[in-house]
Formats: sequence, structure tokens, C-alpha cells
Amino acid sequence: MITTIPQSAPFRWSYRAYVTLFFIYLALPLVTVCVFAFNDSVFPSLPWDGFTWDWFFGTEAPRIGVFHERPILRSIVISGVVAIWVSGLSVIVGTCNAFLFVRHDFRGKNLLYILMLLPLIIPGIILGISILVFSSTIANTLEEATGLWFDGLRPGLILVVLGQFSFITTFATLVISARLQKFDSSLEEAALNLGATKWGAIRQVTLPFLLPAMLAAAVVAVLMSFENFNTTLMLVGSDAPLTVTMFDRLKLGSTPVLNAVSLLLIVVSAVLGLLSLLLKR
Amino acid sequence: MRSDKSKLGFFLLLAPLLIWLTTLIVLPHVGMFFVSLQEKVGIRQYETSFANYAVFFNEPLYWNTFARTAYMSITATFLTLIIGFPIAYYIAKLTRGRAKTTLFLMCLIPFWVSELVRTFGWMILLRETGVLSSFLQYIGAVSGPVEFLYNDAAIMTGLVYTSMLFMVVPLVTTLDSLDDSLIEAGYDLGGSSLSILREIVIPHAMPGIVSGCIVVFMLSLGNYLTPILLGGKDSLWFTGLIYNQFITRFNWELGSAFGFLLLGLSSLIVFLALKISGQSLGKTMGR
Repeated sequence: MITTIPQSAPFRWSYRAYVTLFFIYLALPLVTVCVFAFNDSVFPSLPWDGFTWDWFFGTEAPRIGVFHERPILRSIVISGVVAIWVSGLSVIVGTCNAFLFVRHDFRGKNLLYILMLLPLIIPGIILGISILVFSSTIANTLEEATGLWFDGLRPGLILVVLGQFSFITTFATLVISARLQKFDSSLEEAALNLGATKWGAIRQVTLPFLLPAMLAAAVVAVLMSFENFNTTLMLVGSDAPLTVTMFDRLKLGSTPVLNAVSLLLIVVSAVLGLLSLLLKR
Repeated sequence: MRSDKSKLGFFLLLAPLLIWLTTLIVLPHVGMFFVSLQEKVGIRQYETSFANYAVFFNEPLYWNTFARTAYMSITATFLTLIIGFPIAYYIAKLTRGRAKTTLFLMCLIPFWVSELVRTFGWMILLRETGVLSSFLQYIGAVSGPVEFLYNDAAIMTGLVYTSMLFMVVPLVTTLDSLDDSLIEAGYDLGGSSLSILREIVIPHAMPGIVSGCIVVFMLSLGNYLTPILLGGKDSLWFTGLIYNQFITRFNWELGSAFGFLLLGLSSLIVFLALKISGQSLGKTMGR
């Protein structure tokens, strides 16, 4: 079935048809979402009422476009702030983890490695509720003991950041470790022979080598943070990130504004995704 | 002096990992388990018991939903594997160079986009006034609007779509590493396409199949958006029950018990999948 093995023409053609159908299936929902962002109707459904930019730039109700829709703009800013924190934290911890797992041998390493992988196989909603329960227990205990309030431990942005950080770190660790494994350690030894200190060699030689992977991990973390829903939903307070805001709108009934937001999300995600791939090379 | 210094460095590297794993992964789950064992006997009064688990087993709605979630997730995993395998094989073995990269990227792009957007797309396609229904009316296949949303098939479509990437990518990676000459040798020795698939391709792709299946199964089991939005209000999914107990009813004890049952189920199935296929978590997931 490989290129060197001749196959009957009907088989080849039906195989190609199947692959084509598959890619149509992949593209269909996204294309639909994008197309309906320009439909001149108050519902994102057929019939097609003509082309309009209102869902992006409209200023009058009911056609307030994304760029004039305050709650949505606000939730985009919130998502951005959360994403930056999550990305920064997980790249720092991920880099430390990579050095630890690639460079050091110690007792319990395998156990820790398995523990590090666990967030990949814990459903997001369970990560969310376990962190919610745990932080509330701590908050209650502290409040009873001191009589003070600990808002940071109640549902809100700090918990959202911690919740997303808890599993995105695993991805950052894997991306950065993969690159560190490819590092030729004789380069570092050469730096040491030339009189560099251990930390100096790592900073001058190893970290620049790792930088593309760290940036790729940062971009992936931003993407994952922006699109995360399950964990965020359980930990969200009064400031909702974009996915939660959009979900609340969807439950009430959708307007093409959501399509317009989605189209922007698709474009930004595609660009960020391609960027992370370029960096990983 | 030197060894003291590197010891310090070692502990500095170890600290973030330990803090992260203890405070955000291990302790919360242990804590959740303890909360699930608490039975409310009065206002702010609790006793340790398995009462919450008893509630689960005594209420058919709860364990039916649990079983349904598991069953649907397994079905979604199978479908994803069946649909994705030929695609992965095509990308890995039948294309070269630029075509290969392009197809691979086309597989990736939909999945960088928020799950919410993808699900929203399916809603527009499948709803009564949606694209599919209008199209069928337009070509005259049906006489009135048809509702494709709010049934199990819609949920399944969404689940398979949502997790396709996580099946295709590991499959492409493992199939890529299979040497073409092995397949040629199989043909030279008189093997049929089917026997070569069974005896050469699938055994080689096993690590990819297992890791793909694990991730897809986990994603389906823990999915909240797809069943709620595509399945409608009556669609029962176990994560929906957990959400209700936590956010709507504020019954954290029962919710924690549900959470623990879901975690137990997913761990059990992942464990079984690894055992049966002879793979290890580190090998399949830590790529």
C-alpha cells in the first residue's frame, strides 16, 4: 500500500475520495462559522441575507459589532492576562523540569515523571473541582483561624491561572525536554574548559539553544489557556474569560457576533499555531 | 564545595516541580477524596461515611449516566481510530515532501481553534434552521426542516471531530517510523494487503494507537461542551452531573464523590489499555 506498491485504480481513487471527504469534514464547521460572521441577519443560520461588516464594526443595537461590544472586549482582555500568566509560569517551571529530568538521576525519578504526566490523563473538569475544593478548604481554615478574608483562594482569576497552569506545565515540560535532549553537552563542556562558570555556560550556551523550544512552549501555553473551558468553568469568579463569556451567550441564543468573535479566534489561533511549529523546528 | 553547589542546584530544580505537583495535583485530589467521604448530618456537621457513594449506586439516573458516558466515550474512541487510521496512513506512507506537510498542517489547524468555536460550527450546521437541513430541503430530499441536533449522533459527531487530531498525530508519528521496505518485504513474501496490515503495520503502530486511544477516551469522558451544546438539555453526561452538584446545587460532597468515580473509571480504563497492549504511560505519553 505504499507508493512503490501498485494498487488498482478503483482502490486508489476511493482512497483519495475518502481523504478528500475527511478534510471537508475537518474544514466544514470552521468555514461555516466564518461565513456566517458576514450574514446580514440577526441569526447565524440560513437564509443568506447578504454580506455585511456589521458584526465586526456595527454600533447600534441589535447589530453591535465585536469591536464595540464591551463585555466581549473585556473578556478578551481577561483571557489575555490569564494566558500571559499561565504561559510565563508554565515555561519557567517547565524549563526547570526539563533540566531536572534530562540532566539528573535520582531516586524516585520515575515516580515523579509519571506524576508529571498525570495531568494529561486527568479530565479537566476534575482538575478544576479538586483545586476548587482544596483552595476553599484552605480559605475556610485560614479564615476561621485569623478572621481575615482570603479572596485569592476563592473562585476568581488567581484560581483560573493556577488551574490552567496545573496541566499546561506538563505540555511545556515535554516540549522543552524534547529539545534539551538533542543538546550536544560537549558544547557546554567546552565553555567550562574555556573558564566559564557552570551557570555562565548554561546561560550563554544551553539557554540560547533552548530558547526556540521555550518560545514554542510559551505560544502553545497561550493557545491552550485561551481555549481552555472545562477547568476554567469550575474556577471562574465574576471576571469571565472569553470562552466562558461565549458559552453563556450561546446558552441564551446566538447572534452572528459570536461568529465574528470566532472568526477572529480562528485567525489568531492559526497564526499562533503556525508560529509555534516554526519555533519548534 | 563543587558537589555542595550542584546539590543546591538540584534542589532548586526539584522545588518548582514538587510545589506544583503537591499543591495543584496531589493534595487537591487527596482533599477531594476526603470531602467525598463526608456525609452531611446537620448544619455544618459532617460524619465520615460512604453515604455519597451509596447515593450514586442507589439512584439509577446517576449510574446510568455514568455507564452511558463511558459507553459513548469508548464508541467515540473506536470511531475516531477507524476514521483516523486510513488518514494517518495516507499522510505517513502515501504522500511525500510538501504535500505531506500541507496535509499534516491541515489536520492541525482546526484543533488550535477553541473547542467552543468548533462546537458552535456544528450547531450552525446541524440545527433545524441550519445548513444541512436547508441544503436537504433545497435539493428536495426532505419536505420540511429537519432537526439534526440534540441526539446521540450529533454528540458522537462532535466528540469524534473534537478528538480526531489526538488520534491522527500519534498515528502519523508511529507510521512514519515504519520502514517501507518491511511492507515491500511482506508483499514479496506473498502477503495480502490485509495480512500485512494485521501483521506488520498495526503491531508497529501500536504505541501510537494506544496513546491516541487513551487521549481520545479521556477527552471524550471529560468533555462538557459537546454533550451539553450538541446533545441539548436532556442529554446526560457525567461531567454535567458533576457541574450541577458543584455549581447549581452546591453539594460539594456528592460532587466530589462523582468526580472521584469519574477519575477512578478513567484511570481504570487507561490502566487496562496499557496492560493489554503492553505499553507504559511514560513511553506512550511522554513523547
